[in-house]
Amino acid sequence: MSTKFNVNGRAVSVNAEPDTPLLWVIRDELGMTGTKFGCGVALCGACTVHLNGQPVRSCQTPLSAVAGKKVATVESLSRNNTHPLQVAWIKHDVPQCGYCQSGQLMSAAALLKGNGNPSDADIDAAMSGNICRCGTYPRIKAAIKDAASTMRKA
Amino acid sequence: MNASLQTASLNRRNFLKTSSTVTGGLMLGVSLGVPLSTQAAGTLYTPNAWVHIADDNTITLISARSEMGQGVYTSMPMLIAEELNVDIRRIKVAIAPPDGKVYGNALLGGPQLTGGSTSVRDGWEKLRIAGAQVRTMLVSAAAARWNVDASTLRAENGMVIGAKGRRATYGSLAEAASKLPVPERVALKDPKDFTIIGKPTKRLDTPAKTNGTAEFGIDVKLPGMVYASLEQCPVIGGTVKSFDGAKAKAMPGVIDVVQIPDGVAVVADSYWHASKARAALTIVWDEGAGATITNASMLEGIRKATDKPLPLKAVGDADAVIAGAAKVVRAEYVSPLLAHATMEPMNFTASYSNGKMALIGPTQWQDGAQGAVAKALGMKPEDITVITTFLGGGFGRRIDLDFIVQAAQISKAVNKPVKLLWTREDDMTHDFYRPMSVHQLAAAVGPDGKPTAMTFRMVSQSVTGRVFGLPGEAQDPLMTEAALAPYEIPATRHEIVKHDSGLRVGYWRSVSHALNAFANESFIGELAAGAGKDPYAYRMALLEKQPRFANVLKMAADKAGWATSAPAGRFRGIALMEGYDTYMAQVAEISVKDKQITVHKVTVVADLGRMVNPDTVIAQIQSSVVFGLTAALNSQITLDKGRVQQTNFGDYPVLRMNEVPVIDITLVPSTEKPGGIGEPATALVAPAVANALFAATGKRIRQLPLHDNLARA
Repeated sequence: MSTKFNVNGRAVSVNAEPDTPLLWVIRDELGMTGTKFGCGVALCGACTVHLNGQPVRSCQTPLSAVAGKKVATVESLSRNNTHPLQVAWIKHDVPQCGYCQSGQLMSAAALLKGNGNPSDADIDAAMSGNICRCGTYPRIKAAIKDAASTMRKA
Repeated sequence: MNASLQTASLNRRNFLKTSSTVTGGLMLGVSLGVPLSTQAAGTLYTPNAWVHIADDNTITLISARSEMGQGVYTSMPMLIAEELNVDIRRIKVAIAPPDGKVYGNALLGGPQLTGGSTSVRDGWEKLRIAGAQVRTMLVSAAAARWNVDASTLRAENGMVIGAKGRRATYGSLAEAASKLPVPERVALKDPKDFTIIGKPTKRLDTPAKTNGTAEFGIDVKLPGMVYASLEQCPVIGGTVKSFDGAKAKAMPGVIDVVQIPDGVAVVADSYWHASKARAALTIVWDEGAGATITNASMLEGIRKATDKPLPLKAVGDADAVIAGAAKVVRAEYVSPLLAHATMEPMNFTASYSNGKMALIGPTQWQDGAQGAVAKALGMKPEDITVITTFLGGGFGRRIDLDFIVQAAQISKAVNKPVKLLWTREDDMTHDFYRPMSVHQLAAAVGPDGKPTAMTFRMVSQSVTGRVFGLPGEAQDPLMTEAALAPYEIPATRHEIVKHDSGLRVGYWRSVSHALNAFANESFIGELAAGAGKDPYAYRMALLEKQPRFANVLKMAADKAGWATSAPAGRFRGIALMEGYDTYMAQVAEISVKDKQITVHKVTVVADLGRMVNPDTVIAQIQSSVVFGLTAALNSQITLDKGRVQQTNFGDYPVLRMNEVPVIDITLVPSTEKPGGIGEPATALVAPAVANALFAATGKRIRQLPLHDNLARA
C-alpha cells in the first residue's frame, strides 16, 4: 500500500494504511515533527499544512487524499527562519509555549499567498481556525501585517 | 546573604553526568533539540550547578524551571548572565535535571516545581549569586595564572581582563576555575548598573518555535521506541474490572495490550496504530464512588458543606456589627470546574531498561516525576532520570504526574522505550480540574454607603491536600490568595472551608486568586451600586492607606478614560487585586447584544516591582487576559454520572483571534522586589467583565461563566 506524494518539494512514498491521517504520516513516518497534534478533529489548527497550496487540517486529511499531490509543512517556510513570516514572528517575539505556532504560521502563509495586504477582518477570518491557548493573538496579528508589508516591498 | 546556599550540596561530577546524558546509552537534548553534550565541541566544566563552560568557550546556563511559554528559558539565564558578564545572545540554555537540593523552589517550600509565578522571585537573588560566584572563580583563576592580585582584574563579556590589555576567555579559564572552591560571599551589582536585567530581550526560544525544530514532549523519538494509547475509565478514579484485548492485539502494528492501574494501554509501532486498536478494546469498569457525582450534586454539597471552617483573619466583631446593622448586603458567588486544555495533550516518553528508567517530556515538576515513578514502580529515585522538553502549555496541569507514571508503567511492562500520548478527549475528560467554589459574602453598610463590617466564607476543595499531603485541619495557602481585599473596613471576618467533592482537582493558572477576586471584586461593585456610588470612586475612598493599590487603580481608570463616558453602547467595569506580590487593576470595556458579550478593550496597569524582561511581562499579561477571558465568558466543565461531559474544543471553546479585545498594558516603574506575572492578570478579568456586564445590563451575574449564566438570567 504505497502512496506517493510530494512533501516540501521532495517526492516521497509511504507505506501506511490509506485512512492514516496525513498528520501522523508526516510526523511518525516522515519524521517531520514541526506539525503538531492538538485536537484530532480539525478544531484547533495546530496540524495545519498546505495541500496543493491550500491550508488543510492534516489530522482530518487521510493519506489517500494526498496521493499525487503537493504537501507543504512548516519546515518548508525555511529552516533558517528567513521567510518573512518567520522574520516577523521573531521580531514580535510571538511564540510563548510555541506549540500552536507551526499551524499559525502555515495559516498565515496561506493567507498572504492570496492577500498581500490583509485587513484586521481578513486576518481574523483566515486565522480564527487556529487556537492559541497562550493568547499570542495580538502579536500574531501584528506579525502578519509586518510580514505582509515586507513581502509587498520585496 | 548566604552565597554558599546554592552549591553546598552539589557534587559537580554527578551533575555533569546527569545533565548531559540519559541512562541506557541515550543522548537527548534539552536545549532547542540539541543535546547538551553536543552543544560544545570542547570539554565541559561546571564551576557551579548553574553554569557550564566548555574550553571552546561555549557557555551553557541552566534553567531550573520548565519553559511552558512564560519565558523562563530566557529570564532565568538573564539573571545569571547579568552577574557572569556574558552576552545573553551568545549563551546556550539547558533545563536542569531533577535535584531538589540544588534546583528546588524555596518559595514553594522546596520542590523543583515550576508554578505559582515564582520563577523570577525565587531566582532573583539565587541566580545572580550563582553568576557572581562563577565570575569570581574565573577572575581568581586568571589571577593565579598571571600571578597578580584578583582586584586588578575585571570580568567583561566572557573574558577576564587585566592590566595592559591582558585577557583570557572564560573557556580558557574554565578548567582552573572549576577546581576552585565556590566563594561563600560575592558582591552583587547595584541594580543601576544592570545591563541585562530590565532590558527588553528577545526570547532565546523563539527561533526554534518558528521553524518547527523546538522539541516538545510529543516530538521525542528514541531508538526502538513504540507508541502507546491508554483507555482510562470514563469516571475518573474507576478501575478495570476485566478486559478483552484480543481484537485490538490482532490489529495492524499492535505489539501488546497491557493493563496498568489507570486503564488498558495498546502499544503499537505507530501512534495511529495504537490509537485505532484502542477503539477495539472491550473493558468492563468498576466505576467507583465517583460515578454518582453530577454538577448539581457537587454544587449542592459545597453550598451545604458542614466541614469545620478555618479562620483566616478577624478584625473586630464583624458578625455583631452585621447583626445589628440597618442595611446588610449579602451575595453568593459560584465558580465552575475548569479544565486546563493545554495545546499539547498530555504525553511522556519513558524508557525502562536494566533497572533504570529514563523519563523525557513536558513536566512542571522534575523531582516530583522522579519520586512518583520511583514510588509507583518500587525503584530508587537515583535510578530514574528526567529530561524536560519544552512544554506545549502548562497552566498547572503539568504539575500533576499521572501521565508520567503511566508512561513508566507501560514501558516497564513492555520493556521498551514508549511514548504515551493522550488524545484531546483523554486530556479534557481526565484533567485535574480547577475546583468549584462557592463564596458567601455579607456586609453591613453605614449611612454614608461605606461598609462597616464584612464577612467572607469561601468553600472549595484543597488541591494542596492531594498534591502535597497538607493536613485537613491546616489552612491551604493556595485557597486564601486575594481573599483579603485591600479595602478599609472596620470589622471583618474571613474563613475558608475545605470541602472534598469527590473529584480530583488541580492547580489552575492563578489558582484561588481567580476564585476570591471574582467574589471580592464583584461584591465591592455591588456595595458601590447599593450606595449609588461610582465603583471607581467608591473603591478609592476605601484605599487611603493602600498607596500601591490606589496608584494602579487610579492609573487604570485614567488610561481607560473612566472619567469620560464610554463610546455609545459600551460599558466599563473595574477590578483590583494583589497577587504574587504584583499589584494590578483592570478595566474591561464591553457591549452586549442579544445576551452576547463582546469585550472590546481590557486596560491593565501592573506594578510588579523590578522586571527582568519587560517584553515578556507584557506577553504574560496579554496571555493572562486572553486565558482569563476565555474562562470568564465561556468555560465550564460539567459532570453527569461522574463523567466529564466536555470532550474537545467544540464544547470547551477557547477564545479565538476574532474574539480578542484590544489589550492596553501599562507597567509601573518600580524598584520594589519583583512580583510574579505569569498569572495575576488571569484572575482579574472575570470580575472586571462581570462589573462591566452589570453596568451594561443592570444584571449582576454571580456565577461563572458569564455567557451561560447571562442566558439564564
